[in-house]
Amino acid sequence: MKKFSVKTIVAIGIGAALFFVLGRFVAIPSPVPNTSISVQYGLLAFMSVVYGPVAGALIGFIGHTLIDFSYGWGIWWSWVIASAVFGALMGLSTKVLKLEEGELGKKGLIKFNVGQVVCHLICWMVIAPVLDVYMMGEPWDKLIAQGLMAGVANAVTTAIVGSLLCIAYTATKTKAGSLTKE
Amino acid sequence: MTNLFNYIDRPSPIHRLTGACKLVCLVAWSVAAMTSFYTPLLCIMTVAAVVLFRVAQLKVKDISFMLGVMLVYILMNNILIYLFSPNHGTSLYGSQTVLLRIAGPYVVTAEQLFYHFNVILKNACTIPIVLLFVCTTNPSEFAASLNRIGVSYRISYAVALALRYIPDIQREYRDISLAQQARGTEMSKKASLVNRLKAASAILIPLILSSMERIETISNAMELRGFGKGKKRTWYSGRKFTRADILCMLVCLALVLVSLTLTYLNGGRYYNPFG
Amino acid sequence: MEKEAIISFENFGFQYTAQAEPTLYDINLKIHKGEKILIAGPSGCGKSTLAHCINGLVPNSYPGKTTGSLTVNGKNALELGLFGLSKTVGTVLQDSDSQFIGLTVAEDIAFALENDCIPTGEMHKQVEQIAELVDVKRVLKHAPHEISGGQKQRVGLGGVMVGEVDVLLFDEPLANLDPATGKQAIVLIDEIQKRTGCAVIIIEHRLEDVLYRPVDRVVVMGDGRIVYDGDPDRLLCEDLLQQRGIREPLYVTALKYAGVRLRPDMRPSYLPELKLSTEHRKQVLDWFVGQPAQEAAPEREALLRAENIDFTYEGGHHALRGIHAIVHKGEMLSIVGTNGAGKSTFSKVICGFEKPQSGILELNGVDLSTLSIKERADHIGYVMQNPNQMISKTQIYDEVALGLRNRGVSEEEIRPRVERTLKICGLYPFRNWPVSALSYGQKKRVTIASILVLEPEMILLDEPTAGQDLKHYTEIMDFLSELNRQGVTVVLITHDMHLMLEYTPRAIVFNAGQVIADRSAAEVLNSPEIVAAAHLKETSLYHLAGFCGIDDKEEFTRRFIARDREVRRYDESV
Repeated sequence: MKKFSVKTIVAIGIGAALFFVLGRFVAIPSPVPNTSISVQYGLLAFMSVVYGPVAGALIGFIGHTLIDFSYGWGIWWSWVIASAVFGALMGLSTKVLKLEEGELGKKGLIKFNVGQVVCHLICWMVIAPVLDVYMMGEPWDKLIAQGLMAGVANAVTTAIVGSLLCIAYTATKTKAGSLTKE
Repeated sequence: MTNLFNYIDRPSPIHRLTGACKLVCLVAWSVAAMTSFYTPLLCIMTVAAVVLFRVAQLKVKDISFMLGVMLVYILMNNILIYLFSPNHGTSLYGSQTVLLRIAGPYVVTAEQLFYHFNVILKNACTIPIVLLFVCTTNPSEFAASLNRIGVSYRISYAVALALRYIPDIQREYRDISLAQQARGTEMSKKASLVNRLKAASAILIPLILSSMERIETISNAMELRGFGKGKKRTWYSGRKFTRADILCMLVCLALVLVSLTLTYLNGGRYYNPFG
Repeated sequence: MEKEAIISFENFGFQYTAQAEPTLYDINLKIHKGEKILIAGPSGCGKSTLAHCINGLVPNSYPGKTTGSLTVNGKNALELGLFGLSKTVGTVLQDSDSQFIGLTVAEDIAFALENDCIPTGEMHKQVEQIAELVDVKRVLKHAPHEISGGQKQRVGLGGVMVGEVDVLLFDEPLANLDPATGKQAIVLIDEIQKRTGCAVIIIEHRLEDVLYRPVDRVVVMGDGRIVYDGDPDRLLCEDLLQQRGIREPLYVTALKYAGVRLRPDMRPSYLPELKLSTEHRKQVLDWFVGQPAQEAAPEREALLRAENIDFTYEGGHHALRGIHAIVHKGEMLSIVGTNGAGKSTFSKVICGFEKPQSGILELNGVDLSTLSIKERADHIGYVMQNPNQMISKTQIYDEVALGLRNRGVSEEEIRPRVERTLKICGLYPFRNWPVSALSYGQKKRVTIASILVLEPEMILLDEPTAGQDLKHYTEIMDFLSELNRQGVTVVLITHDMHLMLEYTPRAIVFNAGQVIADRSAAEVLNSPEIVAAAHLKETSLYHLAGFCGIDDKEEFTRRFIARDREVRRYDESV
């Protein structure tokens, strides 16, 4: 296996900690009663784009497993794996979006959002249900409905939170050279 | 939040097992429970899980919060399954024994009830084991255990870092969120959904960007103390396997074999009492 | 006999890859075995880069081009690399929360041993020994957030000593500590050095605090060069420090004001051994008598009144016990005390972040308990310590406008208000810049502007100058004084004794959840009981006054501060 830099290791650790805190403690009331919207996928998409597929996969995997551990409701391997796959797929766009170089623009944002919607669909409509059918023997219709809800909610939060994060991050990379006082 | 993962230090034989052993057992147990729909085995595993729970000297009140979350979850899950597929049992077991007709496709069949019983059993035999793992394993031992069962030490340490910085990030989140609320950022139901998400971003952006800066400082601190120079590293909290550890791991691995064999002998995944 | 050099820079220079100009020029510096050296200089002078060269972060983590040579332990530093250097040099970083990597104290101390593949059994023994040496044995199983700032630093020190290094490098060790804890840290470093014979390098701009224990040499840096390398006593006799924007020890400045000509043999670098002749003492006394008397602050109306506030955290920690305090209209006030004394909790209660179990909190006679966090913010603005934790917009204008937009103010009304605030804060020329292009001090101003725009009657700032050098400190504090003169009530939560003396006539002192003093800043620092109870540090002026037979030490302090501000303001205008 490729050796990670220490920085990537730390990014995985801190990323997973952020994923955990966001998933566990940041609850935004949603239109559906008694449910809340989780914003951690916006973070995961952003961290994956910055640090690449392996980091993305591990942040999703570790962060999600820790959330399941802390709730004590057992580990939902199908969803944990779906989170990891989402991180990995989003990480593939690192080279396309080039956030490190301070490039994003409208085109970049569109690419980011098309990518994230596709990734969410793959993860919650295909990977999670397939695994659940095999591991838990649950009925397809229920899983597809569940996956659709999760996928849409996650895509909406990623569209807003993830995009804003990417914009804010690239802004920190702008050079002061071209600026003049007015 | 020292006790986020609810580690409870008690002098029980389960506590004395090494973290690595418990991790192997947890994984093996989950695999066995997941692959099998052989009802008698699931029953035995559930009973065993509850017994182990007692052996670990854990009390219901230690985990009352987790238990509550879990029960709500199981209930919701089963209601959902029924709403979407009230005849899933019939299609699995190939027969229909109607007990009660409600309306339209919504009937209560013995097959459907038996299927729900299996789903609940599958949850019931794993959840106590996850709780057992969480409550009896010192978080300090997590990373060392992962490394012992073959995960690279770098990735293992990423897990340790996550555990180390969760409380810090949690506190930071709280402080930032209060300061933003003072400036009028609102996440309550009064705002529209999009505005709520934008408000959340106002808190998350400073939190995440300052964490990105922190990544650099921490990796410097780690490299300055020699992290990543060797192919291996040792662990302060690492422990050697004892005979009890090896025995437990063998039992759990055997369980996986039993589960697979039973599924094979059964000639299908589902144990069918109706046939 | 000349001791053996362990670190040796020869005609050394360094330029970061991303920068157009070198950061270090012509560095010639030898550090000998067992020596204790202080490296001082303002922000951006290159002292951190110099430290990074010694521990290998340059060029390993921060790439760039080096010229000349750097040898450590007789070997070329470039060839040794980061890991090779870490065998000789142990670094304790400024940010003790990032330095603390382990889940518990014991694991953190063991970290370097783990990386060296030391067997677990032996590791436990070594950790035990080190823990004893740095006195953290009682907290070995504690998590980082369960121990104090001082203990965290001891753990940081233990974590690098465990590698049996020859050089200990401290990057701004005092930045996050309260004054008394900082004093203890300096004592500990001194003891460890004596016991182990390590060379010690301390990077700090707080010169007086480091000189609490003698150092062998001081190296002063400016604009990437070494501008002084030698005896601390001789350094204090010159005017170099002031020219370079580093604060001299206060007693040294006071002696200079009094016209005392300092000589190295008077030992000015170490207060306990300072030699003053009868003539010198008379000079100081005469100066004191000749300075205009300082009037007490005028009586003012109360703005905020806290009565009998009691607060206990969920976990059972009783953080505030019967707090009585008054903030007057238009005043500038310090709240001081150790970490955990209750000052932060008190500020959270004022802002409505925490709800007290009992007590009354009134603003202009109106009960605050019914107001939400957001409503209180219309009256009381809160500025966090780290501006990066407050800024959520990429553009300065948007950041300042955020609070108004959230309150539904129309854009036509927002523009003039934001622009007026930006003008007050000296940010108007930058209004269309992205926040990321600003310096730390400017970002701090943006956060203050984003609070001022809501026109609160009072602003509350948490450690506004933490980690800033004299220039930025003066910049931020003069700005706050100016706001205060324009009528804004300013409350500062701080560890910095000099800030309290210099800028705030009154101080409220917290200790163990109670207010133990509420009086003038000079009185607080001249009272040994309060100083001891609240972990403050008495000012060296107090000792100097005593030494020169001046009884009214408070008045001496006040007159010194008044004179000092005059001089510094003059310096800046030149």
